[in-house]
Amino acid sequence: MKHLPIIGLALAAALSGSPANAEELTGTLKNIRETGAITLGFRDSSIPFSYLDDNQKPVGFAMDICYRIVDAVKKELKLDKLEVKLNPVTSATRIPLMANGTIDLECGSTTNNAERQKQVWFTNTHFLTASRFVSKKSSKLDKIDDLKGRSVVSTSGTTNIKQLTEANAARNLGINIIPAKDHAEAFLMVETDRAVAFVMDDILLASLVAGSKEPAAFAISSDAFSKAEPYGIMLRKDDVAFKKVVDAATAALYTSGEGSKLYEKWFMQKIPPKGLNLNTPIGPELKHEFANPSDSPDPDSYKTM
Amino acid sequence: MNYHWNWRIFWEPAPNGTGTYLDMLLSGLLLTVETAICAWILALVVGSIVGVLRTLPSKTASWAGFAYVEFFRNMPLLVQLFIWFFVLPELLPQAWGLWLKQIPNAPFYTAAIGIGLFMSARVAEQLRAGIGSLPRGQKLAATALGLTTAQTYAYVLLPMAFRIIMPPLTSEFLNTIKNTSVAITIGLIELTGEARAMQEFSFQVFEAFTGATALYLLINIVVVIAMRFLERALAVPGYITGK
Repeated sequence: MKHLPIIGLALAAALSGSPANAEELTGTLKNIRETGAITLGFRDSSIPFSYLDDNQKPVGFAMDICYRIVDAVKKELKLDKLEVKLNPVTSATRIPLMANGTIDLECGSTTNNAERQKQVWFTNTHFLTASRFVSKKSSKLDKIDDLKGRSVVSTSGTTNIKQLTEANAARNLGINIIPAKDHAEAFLMVETDRAVAFVMDDILLASLVAGSKEPAAFAISSDAFSKAEPYGIMLRKDDVAFKKVVDAATAALYTSGEGSKLYEKWFMQKIPPKGLNLNTPIGPELKHEFANPSDSPDPDSYKTM
Repeated sequence: MNYHWNWRIFWEPAPNGTGTYLDMLLSGLLLTVETAICAWILALVVGSIVGVLRTLPSKTASWAGFAYVEFFRNMPLLVQLFIWFFVLPELLPQAWGLWLKQIPNAPFYTAAIGIGLFMSARVAEQLRAGIGSLPRGQKLAATALGLTTAQTYAYVLLPMAFRIIMPPLTSEFLNTIKNTSVAITIGLIELTGEARAMQEFSFQVFEAFTGATALYLLINIVVVIAMRFLERALAVPGYITGK
């Protein structure tokens, strides 16, 4: 009986310091190992980042990146099988679903900015976009000053409408700013002449134009309202171990040149379901970012010097 | 849950430069109240006319009232607002359509009229029920006194019918206020719209919608209390609603 404390100690030592995984897993990684599953949040109409194809399956540039992250997580945890669950999110549900653990990664077109970093973290930037406007070619608008005194629409609650408001005040343009509920409705306002122009991220404008009845009738402005802002894949805040794995996976993807290949696939070729081609060549800023992956929310840090 | 609560967000400046996030929600509340009041006045006026039409002896009048009510109450409000906002201007001659599209504050007028007409069908049904619940003798007595149909309605039937339907009318008023939230789909940035904008800017989803919920509750409680007072003030002693 006098050996009992010693046996206890040995047991405790064996339990606490299992040498197989020297580091205790925490947060998302621990969760993934326990459940054998990872959940990706996807958007239903964020073309070409994350959207539903004709089989109602989420596809897109951000989805492809997320599947690479899943592979890296699987390797990191040395799992034979990792189930991927898919969960639809909207701009209103992505934060609560991330906070309560329903989704582990949000694969879409969410802008990474300092304000949002108080709530969530982002991995390396996968896209850069600036605010521009789309208008009918027949109205011959190209510069911001051309919008003087006209009705211009933008989506409510976006950084774009904020930039439009600021430019309107700063340049004294007297633009009548109409807020719209979502991108599709805002574009409809331009199509039906309720507004002459729609201010939005240029890549979203390109996809709206490509998907419209008459893509040739619309033009995207050369003037931009903002510097290029980064899009990132969202993950839970303060989960250092998971972010390390995700950052390493995305950095490896971008620097190896595979990131550019994925870019070609989604932005330069025909994409499902309707065979649209966005025809948006990779810009110098994004090329620079792929060479030096960064998760900075600051637009200035993406300048190519 | 991994969520960064920040209830002080309401006092932080909103990035659109119009003050704090609370100011943003309050400006949304103001727009909600304005839209609801305009819609409610329209609903009461049109609803009363249609409700009376449905109880008139004339077959044509009651058929017209019936058609109106069924048209407006059997179509979802969201669809109606879309028709008013996007479809109507395309059906009109091009010059008129363009004029309609370029009216400033078009979403506000469209929402007030669209929601008002939708609610008027419900008010009409209730008024019809209210008039129907009056004893037949009242109408007969009015006729015996030599009152015309218009006088019968103005002096005998409507004053009692409106008192009887006061409680359901209170509910309809509350519904009108809540239905204004549908108007974000045509670009009216009222309370729900501002709450959505707030969560997009700040990523503080729960705080934004809790704030909006509290404001909706507050405004509806005010309406309920005011309508109770009105009910009591108008009660006829010894009659159904007066005790």
